[in-house]
Amino acid sequence: MPLFDRLYNFAQWLTQDRHEAEDLVQETYVKALKGFRSFQQGTNFRAWIYQILRNTFLTSRTGLKSTATVPLEPESDQEHLPASDDTPETILLQRSDQELVQQALSRLAVPYREVLLLCEFEEMSYQEISATLAIPMGTVMSRLSRARRALRDAVQDCSKRNKVT
Amino acid sequence: MACDSWTEQLDTYLDGELPTAEARAVDEHLRGCPSCAAQALRRVEQKRAVHAAGQRFTPDPAFRARIQKTIAAPKPTLWSQRWLPVFVTANAGVLLIASAFLLTLQHNRRGEQQLISELVDQHVAILASANPVDVVSTDRHTVKPWFAGKIPFTFNLPELQSSPFVLVGGRVSYLSQSPGAELIFRVRQHQISVFIFQDQGARSTELARTTLSFQVRTWRHNGLQYFVIGDASPQDLDNLSELIKAAG
Repeated sequence: MPLFDRLYNFAQWLTQDRHEAEDLVQETYVKALKGFRSFQQGTNFRAWIYQILRNTFLTSRTGLKSTATVPLEPESDQEHLPASDDTPETILLQRSDQELVQQALSRLAVPYREVLLLCEFEEMSYQEISATLAIPMGTVMSRLSRARRALRDAVQDCSKRNKVT
Repeated sequence: MACDSWTEQLDTYLDGELPTAEARAVDEHLRGCPSCAAQALRRVEQKRAVHAAGQRFTPDPAFRARIQKTIAAPKPTLWSQRWLPVFVTANAGVLLIASAFLLTLQHNRRGEQQLISELVDQHVAILASANPVDVVSTDRHTVKPWFAGKIPFTFNLPELQSSPFVLVGGRVSYLSQSPGAELIFRVRQHQISVFIFQDQGARSTELARTTLSFQVRTWRHNGLQYFVIGDASPQDLDNLSELIKAAG
């Protein structure tokens, strides 16, 4: 089954629940098989199947809740973002352990978490991410920039909390 | 501050998405600027950290087997391999009729599934919309006349005063290129869409089902077909359906 393990991994990152992730992957494969005619040969299969998975997630109860309740900073196409203000604290990230980064990723809003995973883990190009998330390239860039900043903040925050507990 | 314009491009550069000429310019700048080079290094470390952390969940082997079974094409059994030709020859006429019947049934069922999926999509779009209705009113005497001249039929709306349902408003909707009414009701924190279209005949008469966790009710009455869709409890959908049926 093409991309099964990766689709499952991505599904559980989105849903944060094993059973929901299984339902999501199963529905994705069923939809992909049914709608295979709509896949245009020569176009990107990976972006196509990830798009099915993500759209299925968005219409699920968890997906609707996640997009309805998360206020993102307004983002626009081709927006110029200020230069990142990396501080010595954020260098923490490079030395942080994997579990801490996973914890921080889980805490990010779904739109930030998904764009980071598609770019860094799936190593998709901006064009593939744009097709998968159905957003313009400029928005991919600005959302990625915000997601990276949010991750740095989340890592710091999780690190502080872990020290306290 | 002079480096701001370079640091703005760092992520795109490290993602390998800068055009060659610009990438070369950033490359050159990084060689001569320790501050930007340190920044680039930190961002590379972040990319690596997320890449490593991204692989977290592994599917259960039982789940993998289940999916493989679900999507695998059913194989013909020994019995069918041996006897099917004989059976087909002997009963060709019967089989032809049965096949035609099954195909029609399957076609209708697929059509019905598509129809409901389309309406569920419209309902989801309403949930996400900032302006879900074209006529905003809790008064059925305002909402019903608003549709006059916009759709080729009329319908009755129930009295809701003693019920937990609130009419939010309505809008014109389309299904298979035919205009119809979409009425939005609220019960507690849930929104329910009621679609009313002219009866196209081939659709199922009465149905209660769940699609993508949404409850769906549909029935035909007086030349119209009603679809009630929402994520409220099955009981709520049944109650609203009964109120609309009683009004119709």
